[in-house]
Amino acid sequence: MQLTIVNKNFSMKILVCISKTPDTTSKIAFTDGNTKFDENGVQWIINPYDEWYSLVRAIELKEKDPSATIHLVTVGGADCDPIIRKALALGGDEAFRVNTDSTDSFYIAAQIAEVAKKGGYDLIFTGKEAIDYNGSSIGGMVAELLDMPYVSLATLFDLNGNTATITREIEGGEEVAEVSLPVVVSCQKGVAEQRIPNMRGIMAARTKPLQVVEPAAADTLTSIVSFELPPAKAGVKLVSPDNVAELVRLLHEEAKAI
Amino acid sequence: MSVLILADQSEGHIKKASFEALTYGAAIAKQTGTTAEALVLGTVNDDLSALGKYGISKVHQLASETLNHVDAQLYAKLIAEAATATGATVIVFSHNQTGKAVASRVAARLKAGIVTGACALPDTSNGFVVRKTVFSGKAFANVRINSDVKIVSLNPNSYHTTAGEGTAEVLQMNIAVDTSRIKVTAVNKVSGEVPLTEADIVVSGGRGLKGPENWGVLLDLAKELHAATACSRPVGDAHWRPHHEHVGQTGVQVAPNLYIALGISGAIQHLAGVNRSKIIVVINKDPEAPFFKAADYGIVGDLFEVVPKLTEEIRKMKAAS
Ligand SMILES: Cc1cc2nc3c(=O)[nH]c(=O)nc-3n(C[C@H](O)[C@H](O)[C@H](O)COP(=O)(O)OP(=O)(O)OC[C@H]3O[C@@H](n4cnc5c(N)ncnc54)[C@H](O)[C@@H]3O)c2cc1C
Ligand SMILES: Nc1ncnc2c1ncn2[C@@H]1O[C@H](COP(=O)(O)O)[C@@H](O)[C@H]1O
Repeated sequence: MQLTIVNKNFSMKILVCISKTPDTTSKIAFTDGNTKFDENGVQWIINPYDEWYSLVRAIELKEKDPSATIHLVTVGGADCDPIIRKALALGGDEAFRVNTDSTDSFYIAAQIAEVAKKGGYDLIFTGKEAIDYNGSSIGGMVAELLDMPYVSLATLFDLNGNTATITREIEGGEEVAEVSLPVVVSCQKGVAEQRIPNMRGIMAARTKPLQVVEPAAADTLTSIVSFELPPAKAGVKLVSPDNVAELVRLLHEEAKAI
Repeated sequence: MSVLILADQSEGHIKKASFEALTYGAAIAKQTGTTAEALVLGTVNDDLSALGKYGISKVHQLASETLNHVDAQLYAKLIAEAATATGATVIVFSHNQTGKAVASRVAARLKAGIVTGACALPDTSNGFVVRKTVFSGKAFANVRINSDVKIVSLNPNSYHTTAGEGTAEVLQMNIAVDTSRIKVTAVNKVSGEVPLTEADIVVSGGRGLKGPENWGVLLDLAKELHAATACSRPVGDAHWRPHHEHVGQTGVQVAPNLYIALGISGAIQHLAGVNRSKIIVVINKDPEAPFFKAADYGIVGDLFEVVPKLTEEIRKMKAAS
């Protein structure tokens, strides 16, 4: 029998990146001459990839190894506080909010990297993408700024001592890879199952530390000029179920899709 | 000055999405009066000089076996070096799995502004403004890149590939490749099937199919159309179909030329993954199904009756043409 030597002095530190996004059913509209997202009546949620997959996986890792700590970071204004409290209620230990309204990925990543450098994390989780601006950018940038390996689009994440085994999506399939900590991982469906915060968690979250820090100096490399809504669809052309040949004709001759 | 495009490869072949990126990059080069050059990492079987057909003047290759798997850290370092060596002011990726792993990392390394998920040529009349999809395809944003070097990753299926005449000069690069800190232990490709994110046509099924045993009608149609297959989330959750087929907000996002939805209600979270498709066909027995609002063509009817007929009519049409 082989003995596994567990390093008693090693207690893992996990950083989970949390972003605030409009609820998936929100009406998408713009104001100020189409330069700003219309927040009127919008319900804000934790970005689903952050909440359901990366945060829950971090919590599961801590359940297996109670010596682990989970820190949360969000880059955003005070309106992010309810979101970060909810994430704490699910199971984070401590949270940081970097106080800025920037939408530039590089600026945001630089802030996360700054927090990460101070904390010395073994594992940094992000979601696959934020469902508002769909960047899929932050994880790669943070990894580069910290000079850590980056595994994107993870669908499974396991840890054995210091070695992570990660399944990730590639074109037309998956790849299984092993990597030593530290590592930055972007998570998607498969990594964990959604959880609902319980009353105990919600009570505990009230007293968990949430530190607001001012942003570090960093470049802003992009800016949003304007938004547009796609032109409305012309409306569906309905074909009778008794005339399927007509649908085939339309798809072939009119839509040129087959 | 030049535009450098990553011609991403898999199993020795340049990917379809890369041809779009190459065509797109060549168009940017033309628009800004410079040349388009391609970068190929890893070993390939394809004739790389043929990339000239897409408007590429030079192909830089680093034929190292290590690079046949994408390690974002190695890739970013090499791409950044190649970009500097070729004097690239614009770097183009496909916003596919490789682009998502690598492009933003290169951006951070070069301190270059990046727009991911681009869906049109940049407007260079006043600076460099790129149109991209946001809110999972429900809107567009026009984003200005302020840095000297600009990085754009192009949504698959959003720029038409055009091949003309031309031969590219193929140059081997001589850059040392570090050892990867990521060890790939297994690759599981869904063999013989059309990869979902690359497919021209996707046939997708929802709870209306009632159970996994009924998928035959859908598979027959998909086969006739050489289409990839997909499903709604409850179908994936119930393991009627493999989870990698689940499309939508929380699953795979697709943008094929044709998306055919069978027995799917068209919930907003489902639409978020498919509404960039060019043509949407919905077959549902409920005329009130929300999917019809997002559709171009539809049939209100029982899919178990309609779909076999549809497959048959397509077969006839193909035989005739
Ligand atoms: C936060 C969140 C994220 C989500 N993410 C996703 C996601 O990524 N992808 C996703 O798909 N869903 C997602 N969902 C679930 C989504 O809201 C819907 O519940 C789901 O898409 C419904 O799947 P369905 O259309 O297959 O099933 P149903 O809604 O049950 O629809 C079945 C349809 O089949 C039709 N039908 C039945 N029998 C027949 C027949 N014989 N012939 C023709 N038509 C028939 C019915 O009229 C009905 O319209 C998410 C939900 C939430 C809350
Ligand atoms: N403002 C932010 N603060 C903290 N984390 C963020 C922020 N924006 C994005 N992230 C993280 O990066 C992931 C990918 O976001 P993006 O690159 O913007 O699509 C998200 O799922 C989050 O985990």
